Amino acid sequence: MNRVFLIAALGCSVLALQAQPPNELRFVLHSEPKTFHPLLVDDDASETIRYLTGGVLIRVNRKTEEFEPELAASWKIADQGRRIVFKLRQGVKFSDGTPLSADDVIHTFNVLMDPNLHSPAADAFRSGSERPRVTARGEEVSMVFSAPVSGVERLFDQIPILSARSPKKEMAVAGPFFVAERKAGVEIVLRANPYYWKRDASGRQLPYLAAIRLGIQQNRDMEVARFRRGELHLIESLGPESYEKLAAEQPSKIHDLGPSLDSEFFWFNQIAKAVPPHKLAWFQSTAFRKAVSEAVNRNDLCRLVYGGHAQPSRGPVSPANRFWFNGKLKPHDYDPGGAQRRLTAAGFQLRDGKLFDQAGNAVVFSLITNTGNAARQQMAAMIQQDLKKIGITLNIVTLDFPSLVERITRTYQYEACLLGLTNLDLDPNSVMNVWLSSASNHQWNPGQAKPVTTWEAEIDRLMQAQASTIARDKRKAWFDRVQEIVWDQEPFVYLVVKNSLAAFSPSIRNISPGILRPQIYWNAEQLQSPMEAVSSR
Amino acid sequence: MRGVRLISAILLAAICVGCLAAVLLLPADSYAVQFRESARAGISWRFPLGSDGLGRDRLMRLLYAAALSIVLAPAAALLSVALAGGIGGAAGYFGGRVDRCVVFAIDLVLSLPWLFLLITARALLPLNVSPAASVLMTFGILGMLGWAPAARVIRAGVRDLRGSGLVLQSRASGLLPSRILLIHVLPNLRPILAAQFWTSVPVFILSEANLGVLGLGVGEPIPSWGNMLRQLQSEPHWSAGVIAPLVILAGLLSVFQIVFRTKEVSA
Repeated sequence: MNRVFLIAALGCSVLALQAQPPNELRFVLHSEPKTFHPLLVDDDASETIRYLTGGVLIRVNRKTEEFEPELAASWKIADQGRRIVFKLRQGVKFSDGTPLSADDVIHTFNVLMDPNLHSPAADAFRSGSERPRVTARGEEVSMVFSAPVSGVERLFDQIPILSARSPKKEMAVAGPFFVAERKAGVEIVLRANPYYWKRDASGRQLPYLAAIRLGIQQNRDMEVARFRRGELHLIESLGPESYEKLAAEQPSKIHDLGPSLDSEFFWFNQIAKAVPPHKLAWFQSTAFRKAVSEAVNRNDLCRLVYGGHAQPSRGPVSPANRFWFNGKLKPHDYDPGGAQRRLTAAGFQLRDGKLFDQAGNAVVFSLITNTGNAARQQMAAMIQQDLKKIGITLNIVTLDFPSLVERITRTYQYEACLLGLTNLDLDPNSVMNVWLSSASNHQWNPGQAKPVTTWEAEIDRLMQAQASTIARDKRKAWFDRVQEIVWDQEPFVYLVVKNSLAAFSPSIRNISPGILRPQIYWNAEQLQSPMEAVSSR
Repeated sequence: MRGVRLISAILLAAICVGCLAAVLLLPADSYAVQFRESARAGISWRFPLGSDGLGRDRLMRLLYAAALSIVLAPAAALLSVALAGGIGGAAGYFGGRVDRCVVFAIDLVLSLPWLFLLITARALLPLNVSPAASVLMTFGILGMLGWAPAARVIRAGVRDLRGSGLVLQSRASGLLPSRILLIHVLPNLRPILAAQFWTSVPVFILSEANLGVLGLGVGEPIPSWGNMLRQLQSEPHWSAGVIAPLVILAGLLSVFQIVFRTKEVSA
């Protein structure tokens, strides 16, 4: 009898041990990472791996938006932004124990700038066709550009330093975790880097977590279901409907982190020959664009489509981008009466509830958007209803994403398009390809040989001026003016700024959500699970 | 079984009459009006099935969506069976090269992933069309692309008839091929054509729903099964009003299958 009891007790204790969560963080990637090479990253899943494993010279703090020293103990910008000098941190080792040296930094930039690698991160370091010159003297590494680069520090946040000597090549990392296991299509396990350099205030080596387990899960509903069952610790970006579902069941786990950097907007195709001449005249008319903008009820969009987890947009920069946002701009008022008066002043006429232009053409146009985005389709239906009030007939067409991209980037066979923009970088230089009139992403009229309008010429001048100086205040003043011109001319009709909605388990300590992505695990080395807390006591 | 069929027929007739009457009697755009202050309202006298996320009356939208399916799915089926009759009939009657070409075309069309074919066809069509035209276009595309399975069956039926004494005697009497097809072949094919028609109708209803769930097909603000089912994905809480389109669609297809039960026609 005693033996049976002993076996039962042992069995129970084994089960109890198995039931205890290991000291790890669990969340999912929405696709398989395309690469583990940190210099070839161009997808979200690979970016997550890069962020958690890579050791960079300078890190952008996702909460404060400030630059922080990492593998570089300090840095100095000289020659009016043409040169940056790093002083490397002493005693840093890669995950396989090989020490970090200046040779590794030079090796990393040689690999990065190798034209055969085709690194998406390399272009930002090139001034024209010239690559920067990287030299080392002791523990100092100097990088010289052929022209001043404004906001140069932010570029280094994306460049993990590779080991020049490790036989593991790019798999030897200097970040808090390293890739330990990979089951294709199932999961990736990152384990704590035993040589990680960072320590907490008490001198204890970080990271606190022993591992991060990243499941591969495309289906967002399954992700939410697993979170509800406690199998996952966090969800970085929740849809408003999932947020509402979780709010009813587990209110302590969901968080509205305030405005994100993502915005939703639509624009009119102003490319001559791509649309009929009478429609081109409407779309090129500032009064028409402003009237359409005034007729859209942005508060309703925020309330109904995003359940209140959004705010009316004021322009191209989100208020979450604290430094570059122009606080003087006000949201566009919802004023269908004002829109009607503006259109009448511009020569349009309202007859029997339908709007006609001076030549007698009924104002009818199509708006394309992509399938698979319920929020965007709802917004389109609401805009359709709003424009009907001022006599405009809007035909909504949803297209699969490749067809839509084909139309807005190659054939230009569309009249208006509703899309969103996800900003990963705070600096205005990252959107030069949108605002310069010659740029390919200048969506309403791309690739102009000369600016078609005076206000586009003014934006070109201001954007180029801010890109060629390193004085932040001057840059800010010029970029503020760009935002004012965009607010006034409305080439993009900005609609809403979505809030960042996230869910995370209260059992994970030290979570301090930031603004930039990754928002929840940006300080992964400082996150603690309850198991870790028990074992460290 | 007869009783079940009778009850199903009554139910189907009630759904058809109810939906069509609603479309004819109610204001033209009652499905599109957004009562934004009453979004996601529960079931009430004002909104018997509640309102959707934009404050639109779910019942109105359901009635219109059902009416569209009831009218346009048979129209698409008619188009597809007519095409299949022409193509399959020609292949079966003339044989030889024509038959080989048609069989190749049928195999080719059947081997294509139809959903991608529909998406591609939709993407190639003009953008600036009214919502009503988009409805006709959606069902038109379904009808135009859905002929292949029926053509294969019809081709087999015509081949059997071509060797029959009836047709041989007609040819020996010097009757023109067009008259033989019209007088002898077509009337004898009626059961096959009817079977193909009735099996195509629910297929086209479901195909539109599939397209709509993907966000393609019928344009806003016109309701369809597809765009109503798509909204289920964005509903935070499911209620009787929310799942009503799903239940009615399943019910409609079920009673349709029971009422128009057809004998299997082998190819």
